[in-house]
Amino acid sequence: MSFTLLSGSGFWNPLLWLALLVFFALIGYIIYSRGNPSYKPNTDQVMPFLSGNVEPSKEKVQVKAGDIYWGFVEALKGYYKVLTAIHTGDMRDYILWYLGVGSIILFLLVGGA
Amino acid sequence: MIEHLPALVIAIPLFGAFITPLFRKRYNLAALWAILISGLTLVLVLLLEYQVLTKGMMIYVFGADKPTLVLPSGYRVPIRIMFQVDGIGAFMAISAGLMSFVGAVYSYSHLQKETGLEKYYTLLLLLTAGILGMVLTGDLFNLFVFLEIASIAGSALVGFRNYRGEASEAGIKYLIVSSVASLMVLFAVGILYGQYGHLNLAYLSKQITFNPLDMIALGLLFTSFAMKCGSVPMHYWVPDAYTEVPSGINPPLLVSTYASLYALFRVSFTLFGKITIDMATVGWIMSILGVLTMFIGVTMALVQKDVKRLMSYHAISQTGYMLLGVGVGLTVFHDKQALIEFGRTAMAGGVFHIINHIIYKSLLLLTAGALFYVTGTRNLNEMGGLARKMPITTISFMVGAAAISGIPPFNGFASKFLIYEAVYKLNPLLAIFAMVTSILTLASFVKVFASAFLGPPLEKYEKVREVPKPMIVAMVILAALCVLFGLFPDFVLDKIVYPAVDALINFIQYQSWGGLA
Repeated sequence: MSFTLLSGSGFWNPLLWLALLVFFALIGYIIYSRGNPSYKPNTDQVMPFLSGNVEPSKEKVQVKAGDIYWGFVEALKGYYKVLTAIHTGDMRDYILWYLGVGSIILFLLVGGA
Repeated sequence: MIEHLPALVIAIPLFGAFITPLFRKRYNLAALWAILISGLTLVLVLLLEYQVLTKGMMIYVFGADKPTLVLPSGYRVPIRIMFQVDGIGAFMAISAGLMSFVGAVYSYSHLQKETGLEKYYTLLLLLTAGILGMVLTGDLFNLFVFLEIASIAGSALVGFRNYRGEASEAGIKYLIVSSVASLMVLFAVGILYGQYGHLNLAYLSKQITFNPLDMIALGLLFTSFAMKCGSVPMHYWVPDAYTEVPSGINPPLLVSTYASLYALFRVSFTLFGKITIDMATVGWIMSILGVLTMFIGVTMALVQKDVKRLMSYHAISQTGYMLLGVGVGLTVFHDKQALIEFGRTAMAGGVFHIINHIIYKSLLLLTAGALFYVTGTRNLNEMGGLARKMPITTISFMVGAAAISGIPPFNGFASKFLIYEAVYKLNPLLAIFAMVTSILTLASFVKVFASAFLGPPLEKYEKVREVPKPMIVAMVILAALCVLFGLFPDFVLDKIVYPAVDALINFIQYQSWGGLA
């Protein structure tokens, strides 16, 4: 059984990739194992520094899904405005889109006949 | 018995479906019965694939003395209902058998708190029979009948949780969209029947000419199946249906969607394959729809907060890869040199992506179902810190997310690799869009992982535990397949993907009923 996948212009061998992954994981582990010896878990050393303020509860500091990629969505506000406007959830629009696309395809096919 | 396999593959789930209502109020028995029937169907489907691989195309004529009797005495063309199973049909049948089984196993625990489960399992088996009929039949009217069976069973399952208004709404929407598409398919079948007097796909494909009526039929079939497979901009029903359907049905419903994609390919390559001029146009339409589908799907997914809705938009996006891969093959279908050079590889990438996507997207939707099972919400904003509580679900999610993002060595990478490399040769811009989509897919799943599984453990989920064993078994089977298909892509390509691609390319073989005509 061959493990090499040929695409006509390149190849992909997952086992070779796995071997490289193991190799780099080993290097990573070596770097990790030589880490900072002064680190002490479960002490004040690992607490966040908040300028003397009380640390908020875990639920309050969690980054919510809605906040992730806020900048990306904000930058593409115009694009998303159009995109959300066409996703109306209205059944009549679903069918109108079908009729519209169908008409274009029919025009292209019958027009070319 | 082997010669009756095509009929048995449909008969067993149909028989199972009609028996299931007898297990009224004995839900555990109904679930076990559905697991047994879907498991048996899976075994039969694997046998069918083996037969097709070793002996070639299988022809099954209903009502004839012998299954091999294609031409009844006195008739010049076959008039009976026929099943014609080639590489692509068997390929899709494996997907249907596997996902029906996985869905039944997962549902055993997932739906224990629901009522009316004998109806649920009846519909699951009917959906399976409908999909299998669609991909095995060699008759255009039969295709419509099985499309209807799958659509009606599917819409009833989408609206199964009818105590939720959203589920009922999604079920009705799915039913209306399916009915409109089916009606137009029937109209196209009528156009072809009116002209040629026959419904057999192979026979029709030999008779088809280049007249405007044939082109209208092609346009109607193409648009209807494109809507049923969730192609942009006719994809709006997909997030509604996939979000509201019980998670155990997501895998077979996904295959049902791709049975329509199969029908789209069958119509384009087999039924209208000999039309040389317009096939490049159809190929370009398919490729452009593919690019639009993948890009709009993924950008919509990125802003979703409902975990299943987010994954549903990804299902749309991934369909784009399949349309693109096979569309490129169709564009160069009549250019032998380009077909050999990159068209066949692009098609292999597209077809390989169908089964890969069915596996990892089903896995992801099952993990979403597991999250809903333990938290009672699909809102990502309300989740967090679940990785420690649900380690197997977390690992399964990571495998699925890596696979859909095209990260090696999982299965999604292998098919995307073929698509990128082959599509680049037709037009580099198409490949760039495909790669950007993959990056956005990864970004989107990083968001799900960070918000649902990572972060500090939340107080409200302190008592949460891992999901029951049947749900874990279903997820682990799919996660293992993601890894295996990724580690041995060449094996999968050789055994099931290239035979499926070659079955589409060699439509002359289909026209001659595998050499029997």
